[in-house]
Amino acid sequence: MKVLVPVKRVIDPYAKVKANAEGTGIDTTGVKFEINPFDEIAVEEAVRQKEKNPAITITVVSVGPEAAEEQLRKALAIGADEAVLIQTDDELDSRAVAHELAAFAQELQPNLILMGKQATDNDANQAGQRLAAKLGWPQATFACAVEFAGDNLTVRRETDEGEETLSLPLPAVVTTDLRLNEPRYIALPGIIKARSKPLTKRPRLTDAKPLVRTVKVEQPAPRQAGVRVNSVAELMTALRDRGAL
Amino acid sequence: MSLLLIALNAADAQAGAGFAQSFGSEFDVLVLTKGDVPAIGARQVFSVDQADLAPADAMATMVQGQLGNYTTIAAVSAMWSKDLLARVAGLVDAPMVTDVIAIPAPGQYLRPIVAGSLLATVEVDGAPVFLTIRPAGFAKPEERANGSTSSLGAPSNGVTVRTNKSASQGGRPDLTQAKVVVSGGRPLGDAATFERLIGGLADKLGGAAGATRAAVDSGIASNELQVGQTGKIVAPDLYIAAGISGSTQHMAGMKDSKIIVAINTDGDAAIFQIADYGLVMDLFEALPAIQSALD
Repeated sequence: MKVLVPVKRVIDPYAKVKANAEGTGIDTTGVKFEINPFDEIAVEEAVRQKEKNPAITITVVSVGPEAAEEQLRKALAIGADEAVLIQTDDELDSRAVAHELAAFAQELQPNLILMGKQATDNDANQAGQRLAAKLGWPQATFACAVEFAGDNLTVRRETDEGEETLSLPLPAVVTTDLRLNEPRYIALPGIIKARSKPLTKRPRLTDAKPLVRTVKVEQPAPRQAGVRVNSVAELMTALRDRGAL
Repeated sequence: MSLLLIALNAADAQAGAGFAQSFGSEFDVLVLTKGDVPAIGARQVFSVDQADLAPADAMATMVQGQLGNYTTIAAVSAMWSKDLLARVAGLVDAPMVTDVIAIPAPGQYLRPIVAGSLLATVEVDGAPVFLTIRPAGFAKPEERANGSTSSLGAPSNGVTVRTNKSASQGGRPDLTQAKVVVSGGRPLGDAATFERLIGGLADKLGGAAGATRAAVDSGIASNELQVGQTGKIVAPDLYIAAGISGSTQHMAGMKDSKIIVAINTDGDAAIFQIADYGLVMDLFEALPAIQSALD
């Protein structure tokens, strides 16, 4: 049983970000990079499944710059078996990434691809669904519980109204939501220890171009703070005067 | 240039109507579940004869068959639309832009990135262009008669089977479409108190209840109530935030609300920086007082 977990190197999701001077992208000076938190949940989930079923092997893959080795090492430290970096400095969109991942999946032939529902830098929420479509596999997005059931997978997923449970034949693509699990804490020694695990670097597998290009990045206009009211009565009067009630 | 608006149901068609009417061309609407379709001025209405949305694999194959010559395929941003449209975009290998808040020029789309900390303008190559849109940024719709209506059969089964489904909104309006949202944070303490104070006020105002991620994580509120970058994006006429400090994560989900009221004991809480009306007060005093003032 092979599980593939794609991970993205993203700007620290808790850092204060601003546009670069040219207004063409995010200013990355002095900012830390992390594994996309939703992808980290996917790695954690794969490792928990492996803890239940040692026959599982976990491959993590990243499509990105050389520095993404850092995030792959972290995934190895959490418990993945091997890592592959499809190394590129190209600006890619979800479509191009899905093409790279599909080509890699066709080679690796995993039974399951587990990945974040979205990356916290561009918040696109597309790569998993596009990958599933390209491979012709079923998908379960926004997963909050995953269980293998023979040749099928049972996924509880979040919906706009609540929850639903899906049964999917493998191979399948599952994208993870926040509640799926809480990733374990990995101390630095663990990351150093993971240095003995295999990490392969290779060039891009396709020549897929991005179809979506960012032409401008800007700070949104700040919302003006309003007034302080001193009592519920004052608040109610203000809301009534404004026609809000 | 032509637009196909894809809607989950009548309410969703209504939510996307302002965008569709302001798009600058005729548009058709594909409603994915059966029911009445509001008068939104669609040239043609396609209504799918199924009570519940089928899983994404079956739906995507069906929608792919309805793409025709439309140059833009759009739906209101939601979990179902991201699930489905991104798969269809993948099937036909076409560009997609999620969470569009404005179309500054033809072929350009404005969208928030990094939890709404920044706005990106993107351009796309190829067609059709798939969009999920946030209605708050577009004009309000007018009531206009629709053209002809055709019924489409339910989609063929895919390989995915839904074995269980649960909804827990308890009769309140849909969070993303409610005119009033009352949200609470962790200080509410427990689920019963949340329901009494937040749910109670929401009911008084005919609105929906919302929650922070912290409140959801600590079991005070159910997950589908979460407002924020990783939850629902809301933009009601009135948003009341009680016991919410205002994390970037949460504010990304509600800062486009028309009027924001913040109630918090901490006068320095970030939420006050975006609130139209700030009340530094204990929510356990303030919320019951507001409820009685409405009686």
